[in-house]
Amino acid sequence: MASLTASYRLAVASRALAAILGGYALTALAITALAIFLPMSRAEASLTATLLSFLIYTCVVIWVFATRSATRAWLGIIAPMVVLGALVWLQRLAS
Amino acid sequence: MKEGFRQSMAWLHTWSGLVVGWILFAVFVTGTLSYFRPEISQWMRPELRDVKADANAAEHAIATLQERAPSSPRWFISLPEAREPVVRVTYRDPNGGEGRRGFKSVLLDPATGKEVTARETRGGDFFYRFHFELSMKPLWGRWIVGFCAMFMFVAIISGVITHKKIFKDFFTFRPKKGQRSWLDAHNAVGVLALPYHVMITYTGLVTLMFMYMPWGVQANYGDNREAFFDEALGVPAEVKPANQPGTLTNIKPLIEQAREHWDGANVAFITVNNPSDANSRIMIRRDNEHRLSTSNQSAEFAGTTGELLSLAGEPPPASQTRAVMFGLHMATFSSITLRWLFALSGLGGILMVASGLVLWSVKRAPERVKLGYTPFGHRLVEVLNIGVISGLPIAIAAFFYANRLLPVELAGRADWEVRTFFAAWLLSFVIPLIRPARADWTTQFVAGAALFAALPALNAATTQTHLGVTLAHGNWVYAGFDLTMLGIAALLALTAWYASRTPTSRKPAKRQAVEVSGLPAEAERA
Repeated sequence: MASLTASYRLAVASRALAAILGGYALTALAITALAIFLPMSRAEASLTATLLSFLIYTCVVIWVFATRSATRAWLGIIAPMVVLGALVWLQRLAS
Repeated sequence: MKEGFRQSMAWLHTWSGLVVGWILFAVFVTGTLSYFRPEISQWMRPELRDVKADANAAEHAIATLQERAPSSPRWFISLPEAREPVVRVTYRDPNGGEGRRGFKSVLLDPATGKEVTARETRGGDFFYRFHFELSMKPLWGRWIVGFCAMFMFVAIISGVITHKKIFKDFFTFRPKKGQRSWLDAHNAVGVLALPYHVMITYTGLVTLMFMYMPWGVQANYGDNREAFFDEALGVPAEVKPANQPGTLTNIKPLIEQAREHWDGANVAFITVNNPSDANSRIMIRRDNEHRLSTSNQSAEFAGTTGELLSLAGEPPPASQTRAVMFGLHMATFSSITLRWLFALSGLGGILMVASGLVLWSVKRAPERVKLGYTPFGHRLVEVLNIGVISGLPIAIAAFFYANRLLPVELAGRADWEVRTFFAAWLLSFVIPLIRPARADWTTQFVAGAALFAALPALNAATTQTHLGVTLAHGNWVYAGFDLTMLGIAALLALTAWYASRTPTSRKPAKRQAVEVSGLPAEAERA
């Protein structure tokens, strides 16, 4: 095992945080959007979105650890959150 | 983590696996036991040996409830089944019960409706609740188990990605080669039951998904969750009492009518709302045997007239998907053969987690040699490994011993069984703290094997449900339990034998260290 520098440890901690908390937040927003926009009855849409949530979460976590840097990982979490958040917000305004 | 995709996945697999491995081990073990929850409950109440299912069980139960709790707002009647042929009724005790909101549960003899007296025990329910609550406050336990299950899912997927040659790996086993053997074993048990592991982890998360991920429901229903459960899962709204007395009609024709709708399937559960009121409701629920989905198939009748009010059919696709996932996780649909296959896959999971944990230690043996001492982290992992992996079987055996040895009239007896379980487990952590590791693996596995092996003998000495009786009468619930204990004893003995001859992880042989350093490709994969 190579010696672990402080910056390496920090990068790992940052990614872990991005994966666990950022990943959960992104998943929560993604299933909110799915539940709203899926063309089904609202009960079925809520259920479908919730059933898919753990799959989405897993993909996000894997991506966070696979991408080149911790900064990219955070960007990759935040950017789709902004887009999804805007969509959900616009829909709330419209209804 | 700075390297390629597969290396970063290997890193993720190692660390996400280690962090939650110990809890996952306990969850796998208690979950596998939970496939046999009714059988364990039955064995732990030897007084119920001669109780038999009866065609008039529902009528008898209702007669008893009418006598005991006419004013209870609701009765719950769980009908006997082959695996646990006893009736359980739950009602609000007029004298104040000990359960939630004054509700009390009692076991009845299906043939007479009389209360049966059995020793106080949590039975198989203890393992079942531990499986997802860890004997903690439900909210805490469920979140921790969910967190670990999520890690497990990530570890499985990243583990699959790590293995380019997953098919070849499965057929590769190089025994007696130290770290490589551990890696091969971990791969083999992991891959062998891979579809099961993926299924059981995801469906496990699904069973509590409305708690872990409430946002999909929140989006469409806000805080009005009841409306969602009503719409999506067909949980019927409560019926207000008319506040005029009413008499329940005979239940038997209603059961027959409901069964006709379900091609003769059995009834598992009956709920009676406002039983002594003119506006009473009888809800009859189908059992899930031979049925993959656990969707709520039920028939609702007006209590006084017996008129069929509604019949829940097959739910829409997403709801059905959830119900099937639920069913897959609980395996209530399965025959005894299939249930054993599930249990064997669960055993595969237990071995996968255990070998993965041991592998972490074994892989770092060369580092310890280089350093000349054992770093705190390594020692911590080692003690936790021994305490959890070899200690949990001891704790389970102790739980069964307490069931047979504690005096029947002891106050809070069920709690003392649970305390015995944790006391024995705690002891398995303390001993490796003060002794060298290798000796401990062996000693504790031997202790576990001896405890399980002697359990049928203890059963024979303390009850009339021992193998001598049960085998002769073909009572397979009790006999099967005793025989399974002997099987577990053999398995633990085999593990003890193996542990006694494997080079210890603490003081690795030089040969092993050389081997490991000569195999960088192998090492990085773990």
